[in-house]
Amino acid sequence: MQHTALADQTLELHDPHSFVTKYIWSQDHKVIAIQYGLTAVFVGLVALVLSALMRLQLGFPDTFDFITPGAYLQFVTMHGMIMVIYLLTALLLGGFGNYLIPLMVGARDMVFPYMNMLSYWMYLLSVIILLASFFVPGGPTGAGWTLYPPQAILQGTPGYDWGIILMLVSLAVFIIAFTMGGLNYVTTVLQARTRGMTLMRMPLTIWGIFTATVLGLLAFPALLVSAIMMLLDKTIGTSFFMPALVSLGENLDYTGGSPVLFQHLFWFFGHPEVYIVALPAFGMVSDVLACHARKNIFGYRMMVWAIVAIGGLSFVVWAHHMYVSGMHPAFGFFFATTTLIIAVPTAIKVYNWVLTLWQGNIHLRVPMLFAIGFIFTFIHGGLTGLFLGNVTIDLPLSDTYFVVAHFHMVMGVSPIMVLFAAIYHWYPLITGRMLNDALGKAHFWLTFLGTYAIYLPMHYLGFLGVPRRYFAMGSTDFIPESALSLNASITVSALIVGASQLIFLFNVFWSLRHGEKAPHNPWGATSLEWQTPDVPPKHGNWGPELPTVYRWAYDFSVPGAERDFIAQNEPPDAAHPTSGELGGAS
Amino acid sequence: MDTGSHDDSYTAPGVRGMVADWAADKQAFDMPWGKLMMWIFLLSDTFIFSIFLTSYMNVRLSATDSWPNASEVFALEIFGHHLPLILIAIMTFVLITSSGTMAMAVNFAYRRDRRKTVWLMAATALLGASFVGMQAFEWTKLIEDGVRPWGNPWGAAQFGSAFFMITGFHGLHVSAGVIYLAIVARKVARGDYEQKGYAIVEIAGLYWHFVDLVWVFIFAFFYLW
Ligand code: HEM
Ligand SMILES: [Cu+2]
Repeated sequence: MQHTALADQTLELHDPHSFVTKYIWSQDHKVIAIQYGLTAVFVGLVALVLSALMRLQLGFPDTFDFITPGAYLQFVTMHGMIMVIYLLTALLLGGFGNYLIPLMVGARDMVFPYMNMLSYWMYLLSVIILLASFFVPGGPTGAGWTLYPPQAILQGTPGYDWGIILMLVSLAVFIIAFTMGGLNYVTTVLQARTRGMTLMRMPLTIWGIFTATVLGLLAFPALLVSAIMMLLDKTIGTSFFMPALVSLGENLDYTGGSPVLFQHLFWFFGHPEVYIVALPAFGMVSDVLACHARKNIFGYRMMVWAIVAIGGLSFVVWAHHMYVSGMHPAFGFFFATTTLIIAVPTAIKVYNWVLTLWQGNIHLRVPMLFAIGFIFTFIHGGLTGLFLGNVTIDLPLSDTYFVVAHFHMVMGVSPIMVLFAAIYHWYPLITGRMLNDALGKAHFWLTFLGTYAIYLPMHYLGFLGVPRRYFAMGSTDFIPESALSLNASITVSALIVGASQLIFLFNVFWSLRHGEKAPHNPWGATSLEWQTPDVPPKHGNWGPELPTVYRWAYDFSVPGAERDFIAQNEPPDAAHPTSGELGGAS
Repeated sequence: MDTGSHDDSYTAPGVRGMVADWAADKQAFDMPWGKLMMWIFLLSDTFIFSIFLTSYMNVRLSATDSWPNASEVFALEIFGHHLPLILIAIMTFVLITSSGTMAMAVNFAYRRDRRKTVWLMAATALLGASFVGMQAFEWTKLIEDGVRPWGNPWGAAQFGSAFFMITGFHGLHVSAGVIYLAIVARKVARGDYEQKGYAIVEIAGLYWHFVDLVWVFIFAFFYLW
């Protein structure tokens, strides 16, 4: 293929001239990334406060008058939805995707910066609509983050009127925002790589973000369509999802719709969504592990194919969330089988992470601590997933705290661990300052151990049959007294973990001014983002000339090389021919 | 994999060469950024329409009342003749014709014949607008006959729901396409693309053909089933 179409010079860069165009209506992917990041962290804190309120109620029932059963359901719903969509998806793709893609593939910006900017503002709008639902009559929806009809839009569910409408509209706006950003990310990775950056030389971070974005572009349509249909059911009285119903002694006007259709659509989106947050995390953690273990990632090619395979398989497993909704046994068998097949590429990745650490020159800096923490939490969450993937095991466990524990470990805590690893790892590049090490270590240990104190006991609660989304357990024979003490202890741990995030926030803001000045490439990383002429990189990223790439991103501790890493843009050295060879041995 | 930046393995024959070519540096597809982005967007949009149509099939199969007979509902009386599906046939014909004029516009754009390009794009947009107009007429007629999103005189309520939702969503696509074509045509007329080249006309064309193609499916599933 001849690369003539778009040479370096033809790219128009809109150089910002005033404060407003530089930091507010900015088209620079780095500024947009930070805008995405700050907004996502802000809503994430809202969700964290909501989880603390829920835990207070569960740990100390009858103590807090303002937490009514209805309010509890609203907290659950908003907490879950914010965490999954508005925090994790936005921060991983809108935040890190935006920041890292152009830098890591050697581009000056995203291919369509203007659309990229619009993406952020649409995202902000969706967040505002979402938060507005706290202030409308009836409050936010309490339907659970799965928003299952018919209950989501029927009297009796909190926020069945305004709350659910705002939620659906906000989701639709979010999807538009995501699409505008996502088209940019995919096209940039495919078309705007710098000279020498072949697909198989891209850092795994980019592979993870790229595949996750493709998943998003194909999975969000299902959510969009179901949101439109539910809005119509709610506002003008169509019956897509609504069967004939008697409510409060009255026959409703609905007739003949299919609630199970919604479940299929929701999970056709919902399961890939799990991987939309997991795959970028997989990618980033691979790079952090390799860099701080000073070793090449084990099995790069296998890692790439595992990411792609997981992405593909994630579209054919969705009904494992619907075993209790009832389905033909053959379908149960099919979905259980595909679910277990996904475990194969996933396990390959875990082995490869561990083998990357094997005999590495491990530096236990804060990013590395979080990355290793991720391996632990992910293995735990992944193993319980194997249980839940089987129909017969899932039936009794469905809708219990076992499920809550499972998905928090695998898609809550694990991506969060990687996000922390990523923030500690890339903060010096983004701000030009180092984060405080002691505070970082305290933050890690409190978060990591606290996480286990919260979620391990939940597995036992699940075995006991404690149901999910319950305001209080009441007096039930099969739930022993001791479950209450367990709940109190979980709550205390959750409050400690929540509070320890303040250490992190303090560290981030304090270091902005008082942190040690970051040296160029403080971790000795090989990938391109650390090789920019300025730190933090300036608008346009690369100065006058784009870098040229000569090798993959994992040339660490190459025998015979003068340093323990060789950057991707270092030309092959005639004096050390081995380095060149190893560079290709992916 | 080669280590130098001058990777020649893409000239290797067979699958190996294909893979190497595809993974080569800089560009995976030999086309402008905007065009690839449009393709990816259309792929995503394909999922949207497929899910709309799958949902329609699902509610149609699970509806408790009987499904109205489409060829009767969509019949017109013209000069005393009872003609099933006549309006839809005309609408479909108009839309497919517009794909033809669009294809010619793309051709002339690459030959840098601005006058013909603009005229053909305008014709395409006009055909699109008349499609939307006929659709508005069809909607009005159905509403007069008593079809509503929440019910109709002949059977399952989902008939009207799915009909208005899906044709409405498609109609929005056509309307957006008309506006898009108008904007691009105006810029072509002004000569805005003399420097950058006329790939934009082809990109707009991709969108337009896609909207037509989707219509064929809606037509088949809604009116012929
Ligand atoms: C300290 C951190 C966290 C605590 C203490 C916490 C606590 C809780 C609690 C108490 C529930 C309600 C369980 C129930 O009544 O059924 C819940 C639900 C949920 N959480 Fe978290 N959570 C935390 C972090 C996260 C994160 C990071 C995610 C991101 C994926 C997340 C996702 C969810 C989801 C999806 C639900 C289900 C909501 C629903 O049932 O509709 N949580 N969480
Ligand atoms: Cu799933």
